[in-house]
Amino acid sequence: MRHTLGQRLERFNYLDVVLWLFRIGIIVVIVWGTVATILDNPYSMRNWIDLLLTGLTQGSLYALIALGYTLVYGVLLMINFAHGEFFMSGVFTATVFVAIPLNEAGLWNRHPIPCLLLVTVVAMAVSMAIAVLTERVAYRPLRRAPRLIPLITAIGASFFWQYFFRGLYGSGITAFPTVQALAGKWTVAGLEIGKTDVVVMISSILLLIGLYIFVMQTKTGKAMRAVSEDKDVAALMGIDVDRVIVITFAVGAALAGAAGILYAMLYRQVNFFMGFYPGLKAFTAAVLGGIGSVPGAALGGLALGMFESIAPNLFLEGLGIPGANQLKDVVAFTMLVLILMFRPQGILGERLAEKKA
Amino acid sequence: MPMLELQDVHAYYGNIHALKGISLTVEEGEIVTLIGANGAGKTTTLRTISGLLKPRQGKVYLEGEDLDQYKAHEIVYKGVAMVPEGRGIFAKLTVAENLDMGAYSRRDKKGIAEDLERVFELFPRLKERRNQVAGTLSGGEQQMLATARALMARPRLLLMDEPSMGLAPVLVEDVFDRIMEINHEGTTILLVEQNAHMALQVAHRGYVLQTGEIVLGDTADGLRQNPMVQKAYLGME
Ligand SMILES: Nc1ncnc2c1ncn2[C@@H]1O[C@H](COP(=O)(O)OP(=O)(O)OP(=O)(O)O)[C@@H](O)[C@H]1O
Ligand SMILES: [Mg+2]
Repeated sequence: MRHTLGQRLERFNYLDVVLWLFRIGIIVVIVWGTVATILDNPYSMRNWIDLLLTGLTQGSLYALIALGYTLVYGVLLMINFAHGEFFMSGVFTATVFVAIPLNEAGLWNRHPIPCLLLVTVVAMAVSMAIAVLTERVAYRPLRRAPRLIPLITAIGASFFWQYFFRGLYGSGITAFPTVQALAGKWTVAGLEIGKTDVVVMISSILLLIGLYIFVMQTKTGKAMRAVSEDKDVAALMGIDVDRVIVITFAVGAALAGAAGILYAMLYRQVNFFMGFYPGLKAFTAAVLGGIGSVPGAALGGLALGMFESIAPNLFLEGLGIPGANQLKDVVAFTMLVLILMFRPQGILGERLAEKKA
Repeated sequence: MPMLELQDVHAYYGNIHALKGISLTVEEGEIVTLIGANGAGKTTTLRTISGLLKPRQGKVYLEGEDLDQYKAHEIVYKGVAMVPEGRGIFAKLTVAENLDMGAYSRRDKKGIAEDLERVFELFPRLKERRNQVAGTLSGGEQQMLATARALMARPRLLLMDEPSMGLAPVLVEDVFDRIMEINHEGTTILLVEQNAHMALQVAHRGYVLQTGEIVLGDTADGLRQNPMVQKAYLGME
């Protein structure tokens, strides 16, 4: 399309200019910091690779949790801010009622594989139950309400579950028993990598593939995609829309429950607040990948994990910011704000209609 | 007993009184058409039958059974399928996946496979494009897909909402030929159309809907001869 100069001037918008300058500013800062770090060269290649692997491990967990946000957003156009609590509730309960007793009985390290499978199943089941309950009691009655209302309700549900589990299991930090078999490191092609990290990554990838097959190939998965496009027409196919929505919550929560166990294996502790940051990070990852997109959530999770792991050392340090490697969260949430400003549809999200065209 | 019977159905959108006492019947094996101007309540009537909208007053009977107790997705299992207005295909699903969704209410794998062959015979275009994402089909192809998808439910009663809308004249003929074919194979059809000319050619009987009320009901021939219908819906003076 061609526009005359007059038309262009008419459309001239100061906000656009400010945003452009802002973008350029960010790019300059990142490039500046990166160049400074590289010239200074404080880290070896080995350090960078370690950071990258840490980022990948963390990112695969974000990816698993992000799927819950994206699936629910897909069918309901709702951001389920209580999802972090679905993550927490499963692993917290499984730790208190399964992992710790098994450890005290001396079975935990004698039969690590069945024990880990058992805690995972329990965590997934509890997370699913909490999710289904929340959907039924708090979200379903608001199905036809304006979109802001379920959003606020979700924040309320998030606080409710945090303090519910705090009341149930206490406010302290509970140790998740160490799995001795996964305590050390493996050396692969000259690289040292924590055994737990490997387990976390492989499990996450298998779960992601499983979910993808479920959504793409199964009858229920197809019904989920149909419901996310048009609920009335889906009902005209004989699809029980409410049931599909419950399944969506349950599947997302099951992944979050599994992610909770992987998280606990990595950090070896659980508490009532543990869902908050991973939840927000995973939400960021979902937005980064394009909320509503399943491959987007996976990609966004991995990208966010690596970015927040490397970015502080790569360019914040070069800028002379003290204690840069404690600024992971700042980096991640700055990224969220930037995506929302400049590319709200994320990496794989659909292009929103150009309003100005 | 009629296949479908509406008795004094009143339906509302909020405070808007969209259907003001609709009564009509469709006998087994018939094609019945519902004609009327924009906003007359044709789509609303179909939504009420399919359960997407519940009548505030009056009854909808399917073979004598009151449908009020059933939700929209349950009514599909009773043998009612709908081709929604504006096609309503799942744009992000492939053609084959759309057809799978059409057969969602069924368990008989063998029957589904047979019906898939049958709809591919009716609409050979769809067979060529079975792995294409439905949103990238042409308008006419999307219409074929919407019809094919409804047939995959193997319905006894097919509700069609303006299947000819937005199609080129050649294609319109084609669509109405298909409708007759489907009917000959034993499916009862309630056809909503603005193209009264074509609708009255294929239908056995018809009703005229005006601002939420049925003002006329007759055989298709009777309606074609009716001066009011000729003037308002067939464009004759
Ligand atoms: N979702 C809605 N909310 C409020 N009013 C509605 C809604 N849908 C339809 N209506 C109103 O109900 C009346 C009947 O609409 P309906 O869609 O049934 O008409 P129609 O006969 O199908 O028209 P068309 O030929 O344009 O499709 C119209 O006055 C319309 O404005
Ligand atoms: Mg209509």
